[in-house]
Amino acid sequence: MTTQATAAVGTAEPKTIKGSPRWGDLLLRIVAGLVLLYLFLPIFVIVLFSFNNPQGKFNYSWQGFTLNNWAHPFKYPALTDALKLSLNVAAVSTAFALVLGTLVAVALVRQRFRGRTAVDTFLVLPLTAPEVVMGAALLTLFLDFGWAAGYTTILIAHIAFEISFIAMTVRARMRGFDWTLEDASMDLGASPSRTFFKVTLPLIIPGIVAAGMLSFALSLDDFIITYFVSGSTVTYPLYVNAAVKAAVPPQINVLATGILVVSLVLLAVGTLYRRKRIAG
Amino acid sequence: MILPALLYLGIFFVVPFFSLARTSLSSSGGSVYLPTLSFNWDFGNYVDAFSQYQDQIIRSFTYALAATALCLLLAFPLAYVIAFKAGRYKNLILGLVILPFFVTFLIRTIAWKTILADDGWVVSALGAVGLLPSEGRLLSTSWAVIGGLTYNWIIFMILPLYVSLEKIDPRLIEASKDLYSSNRRGFSKVILPLSMPGVLAGSLLVFIPASGDFINADYLGSTQTTMIGNVIQKQFLVVKDYPAAAALSMVLMAIILVGVLLYTRALGTEDLV
Repeated sequence: MTTQATAAVGTAEPKTIKGSPRWGDLLLRIVAGLVLLYLFLPIFVIVLFSFNNPQGKFNYSWQGFTLNNWAHPFKYPALTDALKLSLNVAAVSTAFALVLGTLVAVALVRQRFRGRTAVDTFLVLPLTAPEVVMGAALLTLFLDFGWAAGYTTILIAHIAFEISFIAMTVRARMRGFDWTLEDASMDLGASPSRTFFKVTLPLIIPGIVAAGMLSFALSLDDFIITYFVSGSTVTYPLYVNAAVKAAVPPQINVLATGILVVSLVLLAVGTLYRRKRIAG
Repeated sequence: MILPALLYLGIFFVVPFFSLARTSLSSSGGSVYLPTLSFNWDFGNYVDAFSQYQDQIIRSFTYALAATALCLLLAFPLAYVIAFKAGRYKNLILGLVILPFFVTFLIRTIAWKTILADDGWVVSALGAVGLLPSEGRLLSTSWAVIGGLTYNWIIFMILPLYVSLEKIDPRLIEASKDLYSSNRRGFSKVILPLSMPGVLAGSLLVFIPASGDFINADYLGSTQTTMIGNVIQKQFLVVKDYPAAAALSMVLMAIILVGVLLYTRALGTEDLV
């Protein structure tokens, strides 16, 4: 390759340099496209099978097209209740974790205090514990305390793993901000509270929103930790897991597709909003 | 400002590990319905954990390593194209990459069960081109489990890789070309070293959850593919042998910590986050 390149430069014939990378480039794009396709393969299956008309208990093989499942998305009250509970847990735990996580993130970025790096490392630790281990550890704690597993223990567990994700996300978004803007605002006569609401908050809000969305999604999707601390309480992933053992109704696919569409809309709205902010 | 969060993580992250360690050194008595634990430094649980479940321990880390390698192999071209070639479609493709992960991980794994099924088109296609013997299966094999692990955590490889590739100044690549470096040399001497933080973070973010997972082995595997997570889950929630399960959890955590330390040392990247 090197000799080819030098030869090409020497004879002032750039075609050979361009020629070979172009093939590599094309190959690279094809591979990337195939990987993207691989990411979407199960999603196609999930959406397709929400229109399936399964004969037995399991929605694993294609039997025929029907719109029935979409006409009755909430046919199974247990599934609907489980989804509602999961949305509830995700919202409540995220609210708590946002407060705790954002405070840490702001402190880590803004304040200089001793043991800052230790706090940093400590915050990463929950991310390095495999979920089974964290679930098992929490279960033994609740057993030691004699606490009954249920809604409260699920909330406690979810907040515990969300704090680190939120703190890391908010902190990453806050790095590199120009905090002298606050001084500028005060120099121009704004009160500290006005400075906070007009300068500081708008600066950190996008980070908090992103962290909140991540936390909500992680909570909604969490199975392993919840499985350990849920007792007889059934969240959406727990319902799905029980269904795999007994019967998988196509409504699972309908609701999953619904969540996907809602996420897609939120993603699009978020992108447009950001674009508008940048443009305006 | 940091106190509330630290207090919370202290009680609900650090203390649980003491509970776990204590349980792992206890002896269980009583019945399945009313198990009683007595703490007596019973290290026998650890001996049992290694002797009874060494197959599962080795299998877990082999699968997790294979999945991490596959993730790296698949994620790199995609992250590279998004970072350098996507142009104005960059955000769109990033959004597309994240989108599948808005579907619950269990449902995605069920979908793989459908895709890899014995009467599915993947098996028949592979059989038709002779890559799979006529009675060959994909479901319930090690490959299905590794494939599932790869799929479920690849996003945690793509994103850190993208972030570190995106930070690379394109002028460095141009400079290497100006200095008569070939594409391959430019890649191995400029792009690869600079993407190391992403490789490191991505590998850890895939390897750690994959080694403790039990869903993929449960849904896509067979009794021959059980991982350490399956054993922990079963011992805790079905058999209710808490000391044995706790000892296994401690072993898993310890191996991962040692592995992570060695790995970060070897690659020498300290700014992990």
